[in-house]
Amino acid sequence: MWIQVPAPLLLAVMQSPTRWLLGVVLGVLAVLSLLGRFLRERPEGTVNPALVRKFNQRMRAWWLMTAILVAAMLLGRNGAMVLFFCLSFWALREFITMTPTRRGDHRALFWVFFLCTPLQYVLVAMGQEWYGVYSIMIPVYASLFVPARITISGDPKRFLERSAKIQFGLLICVYALSYAPALLTLELKVDNAPWDGDYSGLLFYFFLIVQLGDLLQFAWDKLVGKTVIAPAINASRTWEGFIGGVLSMAILGITLKWVTPFGYVEAAVLSATVAVMGFCGAMTMSAIKRDRGVTDYGTLVQGHAGLLDRIDSLCFAAPVFYHMVRFLYHG
Amino acid sequence: MHLTAHVLTLLAKLFSGASVRWVDCQPDACQRVYFANHTSHLDAVVLWSSLPRHVRAVTRPVAAKDYWEKNALRRHVAWSLNTLLIDRKNIKVHQSPVDLMLREVADKHSLIIFPEGGRSNTGEMGEFKSGLYYIGKKRPDLELVPVYIDNLNRVLPRGEFLPVPLLSSITIGPPMWLEAGEPKKAFLTRAQNAVKRLKDI
Repeated sequence: MWIQVPAPLLLAVMQSPTRWLLGVVLGVLAVLSLLGRFLRERPEGTVNPALVRKFNQRMRAWWLMTAILVAAMLLGRNGAMVLFFCLSFWALREFITMTPTRRGDHRALFWVFFLCTPLQYVLVAMGQEWYGVYSIMIPVYASLFVPARITISGDPKRFLERSAKIQFGLLICVYALSYAPALLTLELKVDNAPWDGDYSGLLFYFFLIVQLGDLLQFAWDKLVGKTVIAPAINASRTWEGFIGGVLSMAILGITLKWVTPFGYVEAAVLSATVAVMGFCGAMTMSAIKRDRGVTDYGTLVQGHAGLLDRIDSLCFAAPVFYHMVRFLYHG
Repeated sequence: MHLTAHVLTLLAKLFSGASVRWVDCQPDACQRVYFANHTSHLDAVVLWSSLPRHVRAVTRPVAAKDYWEKNALRRHVAWSLNTLLIDRKNIKVHQSPVDLMLREVADKHSLIIFPEGGRSNTGEMGEFKSGLYYIGKKRPDLELVPVYIDNLNRVLPRGEFLPVPLLSSITIGPPMWLEAGEPKKAFLTRAQNAVKRLKDI
């Protein structure tokens, strides 16, 4: 059946490289989803059902990511801020739920959730002039506030440990993640002229290389992985997978650079860096999970999907990507 | 259902992030007594909100009259949740809390009760009071359903009024009944263990 696409819409899509990229991603996801469905319905014994389940789980996560991105693009800058605020809020919820806190932390936690988290996103939304404030609000001021507020409740037991855990949660789930929508507020210059591209394309590029970096490392781990890096923390991450993933990510990053202002070298370096940071994020969150004795954040409280499992590499990569782009192209 | 009840249900769901699990038990509008551990002011409203709407419509939380009649707001909240208020101070013969509850449930309603009586400070479950036993004895047809509420004491601990929106969970277990000739003490211990058991499922 012939589906008619209105001409202006088609034109709008054709003109924007970001939408082209989005179209490609949606197409690939659709094909992969069909493949997953096909594999699931194959008779038993032909494919490994655990692998198929894992694949389909990943597919759902990617669809979710894509939905978030598309929503962020449609809603514009402030809409994206609200969306990422919700993500941060939920991730922090998961993190603090997993972290043992005491009665005395209650008031401090209240301010962390209802003051620090929204304030960070408000500051980011206010744009580049506020960079000096939002880049230190949580690492400096919130970090001073949290332990001070805990002392007032008068419970010294494991004090340093408790305040450090809250600070860390805030830093990863809120501060680091807020740099992803902050990409939309950048004011880049290419050859001394303002970049005329679409900033949502930059955000999209970032999301895509984080996810692809994860995927490539997974593939290299499975194909050639021999030397496990830290078996007690993550039994599947290997040096071969890490190096293969980072190098192939550099190449893949170049092939996608047409939505960004980057040249070849910049695209390769940025993609490789993002892959390294994604690896660091996954390893760090694994270490925390092993320490707490949970396999993923989703199993903490039965029935919840673990958001933090999905965005760990994103959280670590976002500030580094943002700062590198800002350093290289900011006017 | 009343507007306040809708708002409270929504707020309870948002703040508690409660995931609800039914273990060997299905949501049903049949007459039940849900009994749960008590750690937070939010317990009753979160448990009530986690029931499906048609079950919620016939389920009444049991609460203390002296607390919930103190001011207009509390009275309104208690009224909108269709709460059954029990006078803890003025207990007479034929007017005992259990008699009152059983008269109110008649052949239609279910109840939510917290057999520990008050909220625990430590998070450890206290001894069950004997009300549950007498309910089971006088109305053997009621299903006694154990419920374990996890993490709500961190969302709103005793003595705090601002919630911290962590994730909590509610586990609803298989119904139980008072066995013929079962002594009070043995039954109450069994009921308490039924709640505790849900923690690790």
